[in-house]
Amino acid sequence: MNDSTGNDSTAISVDAGHPAVRFEDVTKRYGGVVAVDAIGFDIAPGTLVTLLGPSGCGKTTTLRLIAGLEQASGGRILIDGTDVTALSAAERDVSMVFQSYALFPHMDVMENVSYGLKAMGLKKAEVEARAAEKLSLVGLSGYEKRQPSELSGGQQQRVAVARAIVLEPKVLLFDEPLSNLDAKLRRRVRDEIRGLQQDLALTVVYVTHDQEEALAVSDRIIVMRSARVAQDGTPRELYNAPASRFVADFMGDANLLEATVGKHHGEVAEVRVGPLSLDLPHRRIVPGAAALAVRPHAVRLAAASDGKGAIEGRVTKAAYLGDHMEYTVTTVSPEAELFATDADVNRPHAVGAEVAVRLDPESVVLVAND
Amino acid sequence: MTRPTPRLESTFPARNVGAWLLLAWAGFLIVPWYIVEGGFFSFGWLADFASHGPAVLQGLQGVPWLLPLILPLLAATWLWARRRTAGLAVAGGLALAWMAVEGLAIIHSGWGFSWLAELAGTKGPVQPGMGWGAVLYALSMLMLLAADFAGRGWCKGDRFVVGSLLIVIATLVIFVAYPLISILSSAVRDNSGDFAPALFSEKLFSGSIWSVDCLAGGRNCGVAWNTLFVAVLVGLFSTALGLALALIALRTQIRAKWLLRGLSILPIITPPFVIGLALILLFGRAGIVTNFLSVHLGIPRSRWIYGVAGITMAQVLAFTPIAFLVLVGVLQGVSPSMEEASQTLRASRWRTFRTVTWPLIRPGLASAFLIAFIESMADFANPLVIGGNFNVLSTDIFFAVVGAAHDQGRAAVLAIVLLVFTLAAFLIQRQWIGKRSYVTVGGKGDGGVPAPLPRGLRLGAYGIAAPWLLLTIVVYAIILVGGFVHQIGRDNTPTLEYFLTAFSIEKGVGGWFLSGSAWPSLTMTLTLALIAMPFTAAIGLLTAYLLDRQRFAGRTLFEFLAMMSFAIPGTVVGISYILSFNVPPIQMTGTGLIIVISFVFRNMPVAIRAGLANLGQIDRSLDEASLTLGARSFATLRRVMLPLMKPAIVTAMIYSFVRAMTAVSAVIFLATGRFNLATVYIVGRADVGEYGIAIVYAAVMIVLMMVILVGIQLLVGERSLGRRRAGAEAMPIAA
Repeated sequence: MNDSTGNDSTAISVDAGHPAVRFEDVTKRYGGVVAVDAIGFDIAPGTLVTLLGPSGCGKTTTLRLIAGLEQASGGRILIDGTDVTALSAAERDVSMVFQSYALFPHMDVMENVSYGLKAMGLKKAEVEARAAEKLSLVGLSGYEKRQPSELSGGQQQRVAVARAIVLEPKVLLFDEPLSNLDAKLRRRVRDEIRGLQQDLALTVVYVTHDQEEALAVSDRIIVMRSARVAQDGTPRELYNAPASRFVADFMGDANLLEATVGKHHGEVAEVRVGPLSLDLPHRRIVPGAAALAVRPHAVRLAAASDGKGAIEGRVTKAAYLGDHMEYTVTTVSPEAELFATDADVNRPHAVGAEVAVRLDPESVVLVAND
Repeated sequence: MTRPTPRLESTFPARNVGAWLLLAWAGFLIVPWYIVEGGFFSFGWLADFASHGPAVLQGLQGVPWLLPLILPLLAATWLWARRRTAGLAVAGGLALAWMAVEGLAIIHSGWGFSWLAELAGTKGPVQPGMGWGAVLYALSMLMLLAADFAGRGWCKGDRFVVGSLLIVIATLVIFVAYPLISILSSAVRDNSGDFAPALFSEKLFSGSIWSVDCLAGGRNCGVAWNTLFVAVLVGLFSTALGLALALIALRTQIRAKWLLRGLSILPIITPPFVIGLALILLFGRAGIVTNFLSVHLGIPRSRWIYGVAGITMAQVLAFTPIAFLVLVGVLQGVSPSMEEASQTLRASRWRTFRTVTWPLIRPGLASAFLIAFIESMADFANPLVIGGNFNVLSTDIFFAVVGAAHDQGRAAVLAIVLLVFTLAAFLIQRQWIGKRSYVTVGGKGDGGVPAPLPRGLRLGAYGIAAPWLLLTIVVYAIILVGGFVHQIGRDNTPTLEYFLTAFSIEKGVGGWFLSGSAWPSLTMTLTLALIAMPFTAAIGLLTAYLLDRQRFAGRTLFEFLAMMSFAIPGTVVGISYILSFNVPPIQMTGTGLIIVISFVFRNMPVAIRAGLANLGQIDRSLDEASLTLGARSFATLRRVMLPLMKPAIVTAMIYSFVRAMTAVSAVIFLATGRFNLATVYIVGRADVGEYGIAIVYAAVMIVLMMVILVGIQLLVGERSLGRRRAGAEAMPIAA
């Protein structure tokens, strides 16, 4: 596991051996459109790294560049220390699990899983032994003669995974593997993928647009935004120390409030938000205007009568979700629409009620203005 | 953990390049460079090696211009020894360029260009057409070119893709573009081959083409106006009829499946002139209807059917099914839920049709009109059979070449005019198809039920369609029965006379043999169509694969060139093949090969359409999965794509076979006594008035093809053919 990589996206990790994947200033252009703009990162062997970002940010293109399904317009791509920039997909030691699974409909499960081995020209006995081993690894022994159309979505996905790992590739790629599964199955499959990755010490690159999924499975997350890397770090770093308003917003629906940073005192600074004054780690953000990222659960609501020194607000929406309440609170100073959650479902605030808003200093973080 | 052997390999494809180099050396050193009389595969040249020598011998014996071809070969071999691909393109390109230059500059009669003769002041050296040695050499050079381009990262560095792309482009250039250029070049020359621009403009603007005398009371208008007039009429009638039939088939209680099925099969299996023939038997001077009217009602016999009326009727009968197929596709594309939405918004049936359905299908109507328009212009056989003195462009081209005039220049000029018309219509039609964005083609199923037609419209559709249906049934009945009576209409006693003349089998000295007069042409047609079938399917599907799955510079141009042969009328193809392949460097007229090639390139677009429709249903991630699993593009094509493309393969094979069997317009120029074809034979019989044999032969062909189609349908199952029809919509089939 490698938690050592810092925020600097071009940092080169110096641990033993080569990184499994290295991007050096890789650019992909389609005509005049830049899909991936001079990005660089390293992926350490045996880790699961997620490419996360909104649709159109270039994360899938990045994945396809690793696979060789797209050819880079500029820069270098190295896999296990070897320059593969000019190699086609068939020549790279990389396998991929597709969003649609892409099982060959005219082949049964066994034929699908052994396809890559046959393409390599291995002997029949070895092909069957290896394919059977991987099928049992994903728990599908006994399904060898089934057609893909006779399997459930979850089973199809396991076949796709078995087909990809049977080649024991240097890097295994997942393109939004959970998007075709229903909500209940997602959590289970997610855990299975993570378990498999850790058991086999696979290097996995995983694409998703779901931040919760990314936080759950990753050793490291590379957040992408409009063709560039927005931040590269461990899940905890991204959540607790977002490098920008975009990352703070994307990682967990943070409310962004205008704030003023005062003088630094050691590691902390006094931060003013409307009438509130908080002592927060300044994270080397210079005094002046900045933003305060406030998680929904860090917004504390109280009756207006209790409002001394608090932000004044009014509840404009309230929804009961069983184990918690969701509120939208409009405030005037600072001017904002706050999204808040509250575990107290028994004494809800009514729509229209005046409330006093306070912030939990443990769950807010200062972010520089972009 | 055991790792698989690395999939990396040295980037220089030593074996591949080496093999092509070997082939190129063989083409240069061993195989006869020039065409061999009596055919290459008779291997007579082995005995007479000196005079049918390879390029190297020829080069030393008086054709020194072949010797430079060894330089690129040496250069490529040197690069191979150095394990480099960079530079192979230069060698291959120079070799091909030199072949083109020397091939076009020096032909069988001396200098290939008159300015060269003037420059040199002599008649010049001569050489025959290129043979297998030249083919091997050129092909290998093309593949060396591909190796270099792939090495530079073209098409993701995939040699197979670059190679097949170059091969397809080369064949399109040689067999589609080069013949068209030959037409242009012979149009601007006089009959002795000299450049004559004045003569060209005289021919191009001649009154026989553009005169508008008929408007001013004169007897004849120019042939261009004739053609346009008929084409517009046929386009309008066919579209109206096609719409009526499509509405009946899809939006009324009848929903006649047999109607759909019958109409989609008829135009495929019917040789194009058969309908004209049947109309003559019905309405000609001695026709059944004419007889009846004259005997019972005293209406005098006349020749009204020979001319505009006959051509229009025949073509409307022939092309309505095509318009129908287009409009069925369009009408199916109108989502029923939209009509339902309109009705829930309180619109009446009529209002729904007028304000929702009609605007949605309007681009489709335009498309159907243009396709029928192109078909009518391209149709050669109906005007030939029933046109009388009324000339259209396609028949005029034919008579300019085969008639007493034998004016190739005039034929070329007429071909250009016809080509401009059909290409313009083709471009407009493509533009329309491209912009019909609001026809709903959602992949998701739509649960709605189409709105029933308003009453007036329904009755109107019945009223329009019924006479057409009746006439169609009568026409086909005549064809099937007409050959088995003495003289239909006059002497209706049954006879097997015509059938036996054409198809008798006798027992002679050496056993049974086919003594009927139709057998040679029928077996020859079957043979050539069968030979052409796999090639058409292969090149068409390969092209479809390149178009659908690969991105490369000039793709749009490539697609246009490939699909353009839809819009090139058969007569134009025929005349262009005669003009370009009669003389070196590529000399093929009078062989079966040129007929096969014309089949392949005339029918290739059908295979492309089938392939594109099929590929559209195969998700791209399947090929990508195969690639990431280590299978290269060729292995992917063979093991993943081909099995999934079975429907398209079957469709492409059937279509190319059946269309080759029924083709007339192009092959009438190319058929010879030895390589005679069924359709050409039938047209010949009809031309000299032997209707009995012509009809019986046509009936046999229709039945034969019906049997083949039904047989294949039973063999491969209903599903693939049903899908093909949906994919085959909107394809103009130039006759």
